[in-house]
Amino acid sequence: MTETKEAQDVVLRLSGITKRFGALTANDAISFELARGEVVALLGENGAGKTTLMNILFGHYTADEGTVDVFGQPLPPGLPGAALAAGVGMVHQHFTLAGNMTVLENILLGTRSLWTPGLGRAAARRRVQQLSHDFGLAVHPDARVATLSVGERQRVEILKALYREARILILDEPTAVLTPQESDALFETLRKAVAQGLSVIFISHKLHEVMAVSSRVLVLRHGKLVGEVATAETDRHQLAELMVGAEITPPAPAEARPGATLLRLDKVSTPARGNRTGLRSVDLELKAGQILGLAGVSGNGQGALADLLSGLETPSAGTMELAGAEIPRWSPREALAARIGRIPEDRHRTGTIADFTLTENAVLESYAEAPVAKAGWMDWSAARRAAEEIIETYDVRCPGPETRIRLLSGGNMQKLILGRVLGAQPRIILANQPVRGLDIGAVTYVQQRLIAARDAGAAVLLISEDLDEVLTLSDVVRVICEGRLSPEFPRGSKTPAELGQWMAGQGFDDAA
Amino acid sequence: MRLDPITAPSPARRLGLPALALGATVLVAMGLALIAGADPLATLGLILKGAAGSKFALLETLNRATPLIFTGLAVSVAFRARLWNIGAEAQLYAGALLTVVIGTQLGLPGPLALPLMAFGAVFAGALVLLGPVLLKTRLGVDEVVTTLLLNFIMALFISYLLEGPLKDPMGMGWPKSPALPRDARLPRLIEGLRLHWGFGLALISALTVWVMQTRTTLGYEIRATGLNPEAARFAGIPVGRVLVKTALISGGLAALAGFSEVAGLKGNLTADLSPGFGYTGIVVAMLALLHPLGVVVSALFVAGVFVGADSMSRAAGVPTYIADILLATALLFMVLAILLTKVRVVRG
Amino acid sequence: MTEIVDILISASFWAAVLRIASPLIFATLGELICERAGVLNLGIEGIMVFGAFAGWMAVYAGLGLWPGVLVALLAGMAFGALHALLTVPFGLSQHVVGLGITMLATSSAYYAYRLALPEVTSPPRIAPFQPLHIPVLSDIPWLGQALFSQTALTWAAFGCAALVALVLYRTPLGLAVRAAGENPQAVEAQGLSVAAIRMGAVIVGSGLMAVGGAFLTMSAFSSFFFEMVNGRGWICIALVVFGAWKPGKALLGALLFAGFDALQIRLQQTPMGQVVPYQVFLMIPYVLSILALILMSRRAEVPAALMTPFNRGER
Repeated sequence: MTETKEAQDVVLRLSGITKRFGALTANDAISFELARGEVVALLGENGAGKTTLMNILFGHYTADEGTVDVFGQPLPPGLPGAALAAGVGMVHQHFTLAGNMTVLENILLGTRSLWTPGLGRAAARRRVQQLSHDFGLAVHPDARVATLSVGERQRVEILKALYREARILILDEPTAVLTPQESDALFETLRKAVAQGLSVIFISHKLHEVMAVSSRVLVLRHGKLVGEVATAETDRHQLAELMVGAEITPPAPAEARPGATLLRLDKVSTPARGNRTGLRSVDLELKAGQILGLAGVSGNGQGALADLLSGLETPSAGTMELAGAEIPRWSPREALAARIGRIPEDRHRTGTIADFTLTENAVLESYAEAPVAKAGWMDWSAARRAAEEIIETYDVRCPGPETRIRLLSGGNMQKLILGRVLGAQPRIILANQPVRGLDIGAVTYVQQRLIAARDAGAAVLLISEDLDEVLTLSDVVRVICEGRLSPEFPRGSKTPAELGQWMAGQGFDDAA
Repeated sequence: MRLDPITAPSPARRLGLPALALGATVLVAMGLALIAGADPLATLGLILKGAAGSKFALLETLNRATPLIFTGLAVSVAFRARLWNIGAEAQLYAGALLTVVIGTQLGLPGPLALPLMAFGAVFAGALVLLGPVLLKTRLGVDEVVTTLLLNFIMALFISYLLEGPLKDPMGMGWPKSPALPRDARLPRLIEGLRLHWGFGLALISALTVWVMQTRTTLGYEIRATGLNPEAARFAGIPVGRVLVKTALISGGLAALAGFSEVAGLKGNLTADLSPGFGYTGIVVAMLALLHPLGVVVSALFVAGVFVGADSMSRAAGVPTYIADILLATALLFMVLAILLTKVRVVRG
Repeated sequence: MTEIVDILISASFWAAVLRIASPLIFATLGELICERAGVLNLGIEGIMVFGAFAGWMAVYAGLGLWPGVLVALLAGMAFGALHALLTVPFGLSQHVVGLGITMLATSSAYYAYRLALPEVTSPPRIAPFQPLHIPVLSDIPWLGQALFSQTALTWAAFGCAALVALVLYRTPLGLAVRAAGENPQAVEAQGLSVAAIRMGAVIVGSGLMAVGGAFLTMSAFSSFFFEMVNGRGWICIALVVFGAWKPGKALLGALLFAGFDALQIRLQQTPMGQVVPYQVFLMIPYVLSILALILMSRRAEVPAALMTPFNRGER
């Protein structure tokens, strides 16, 4: 009964959290407190340990050292159920929804003892509708999740937490997949939540968002808590320095000198596959010596366009010309033969074979040709030389070419892919999310390599959901929405907000 | 509990755990003997003696291993490409069928007949697996169930032939095919020893498959397709065609088991030609970790267990099915042991 | 054609359809539960064999019929537990483990059979379940014989289908099972244990498979023969696909399938059976299963996480 007001206000306390993965210390003795009704931003580069920390708090991982207290009670480690029961709700970066079930069913999952006979749908539906209304989270409770847009799915995730009466809301990179306008709507929801006494931890690596939404900023670097500042008393500049330990200098490409058109799409459409949007009568020109950046909310046809250029997809209508000639047949092999270099979106699933060695991965696209193969026989020493050259040239940190690639970090894996792709001296480069999940050093490295390839005369198509990245690198920007492409916007001609409207689908019908 | 990968497993772990799995299987064998009221150690001894205790026993084991090497190779080639060929049994019978048809119906002289029989067998086995694989690559139909069901269809088809068109008129009413002429049979590997050239062919096949997998682009394609078809397709590997080629090789190898059994051992086709060699091939391949040369070793082991159990059963009265139980437990223990060489079980 | 019509209007045909469908319904539901939770259970064939043996053996050894069913159920659950242990927390290949379980269960049944009855040439019989007489309904002419002359175990099969549908779609447990097969992360994030749900589903599903097997020895026939399951387990896997992983459709699939099976048995007795070899008739069930798979190949909604192991906290 002698608790001070301050102690009552602390809803969450992390003390000395340490987590190691092998030799890597992902979290190093991290301590902080969260007060009632505040938004704390957790800022840090990819790989700084933000997600690991929150996964420990939520019980997905068990910390090696340290404790978590929620509302003054210690939280048993390793049990998401305990975190939920204590009032912690988490919106994961990768949504945790079952696509075959309705919104309501996803929300109800795990809210009742498994042995209760009924679901109580009617009452639950009313509560969900009430919550939707109160927090500005419009979504139909009986819609199948598989049919929802990315923005809607995020709303379901937040509703899941609110339905369980979460008092502490953790959002992991929530804006990564949203348009600027959707992000604003999310911030509005968070303000409403805070007004009702909830506390929010907002994980991000985007400075402007952190400045906009938080009252306090915690900065993580290499697993350590390196700064804790009130948002009102800091600025982007200082946060950036705290975050990377030095001032960030985003690559500033020189003026492009576009050359001939290397690839032309004329009214190309591709079929929708499952939940994946197809292309709808797309015109596109990729010019030598130019980076064309494609912005857009994920799932709007980027996959279809990437597959088309990769050779995995063929146009169902329209024509595709390479260096002025229409393509006769089309497959990944033909794409490679046409000297299209492809950096795939998912380096783990598409870009590499985890249980292959670096050598085997290095020749994945050239295994059938000399010098690696002769008349159907592999020349493994030639393959090893190819791998060693990539390791050397692209600074791939690894024990050796006979290491299985699954043991490499994401950055080094991406460098190997980059080496494999650029080593073939492609004329056209498809770079699909080339820096996603990489730390700042690797990001800069990959971006500089892409700019260098452009300067050497390659046509680059950069696909990214990160608008900032698109704006930094691209000579020309186009926006994709529901399988359609916006007109070309030269560098600097549109603000992020204007592009955001295109990303939300405005302007397409006028342009058409 | 959770599994954490071990980056560099110690040799003790890599060798010790599989040894432990075999040890556990031996314990199960002793337990089963106890249940049957036999002396566990004596039972083990009898199995060992029956499998390798004499020249006769050893030759019997080698003969039994021959079809298992073929089916084991068939399974290992297919599984490498993540093509779940559970239909080696059907492919074996298809091979046996063509062997008998070519050998008995065409009236060719031996030197011509034998290669043609082998070729026909391979063709038939490949064809039997081609259907399920095309259904998989074209329509996405799961090949596990289709290959399994084809085993039953093939068994009925063979039964029909043996009671109808292919029935031996001299067979005193038994459902069996006419016998191959003398010169259309595989010769002895070594004069005077009851071991036919099928065994030699099996060893050559294992070596060929090993070279194919490690040294050729096709082998590279097969491994890439098996480990990650999505990445393989992206990299320009024609995954569908690779699966078809794999199927042709796998089906052909399984069919050679039928060829070798008919032309090397039995001389004719009966409905009980294979006591489940096709299914046992899965155990053989898994115990060998899908390595083609390992298949030879594990086929010898598996054949030894069968032959040994047969002979032990006559002496000690423990049912022969002990062999099947042991192989199933060895399989399960082994896959677990191999996993545990790569991961560590941790709490939380 | 007239022969087919004659068969279709005979009451005994419809009675046979329900009888043939019963073991398939049990086992298909069992497989469906496993797959809905994300685990392919190829142990089904062997578990059915063991269930057939265990139930029959229990009754032969002096237990009652229902306790016999219970013995089969528990035996199936034991093999299910082994399957679940290896495939769920250890995440081993569901193909390899499933086939291993089939071999283990089958050979264990044969081994135990030979131990229990070393000398017999023809297996002893038990007194199986008798058709349940339902007042009024069973006495309706034709219909009574066609539909209401079944054993309690057949009724239990239909009851099971309703129960499984109810649980899957109307209870928190069913929600968790369906989510586990679609996106295990969703289950984990809502504070439930994916491993517990999947293991539970495999164990319960395997129990049902064994009861399906036991139906063969305790209701359809009265003894245990080797090879009596004869691929029924694999057919049930095809039926799960045919039923698009939904209990109601799977039930219909089992009935349809049993209809063809009952028809081919009867056609063998007709003049047609004199011309066409009997093996062709016996092939029909297997051919139909393959056709069913082809038919559904483009449409079926496979549980998204089927055969995908889940390891907590994997990076």
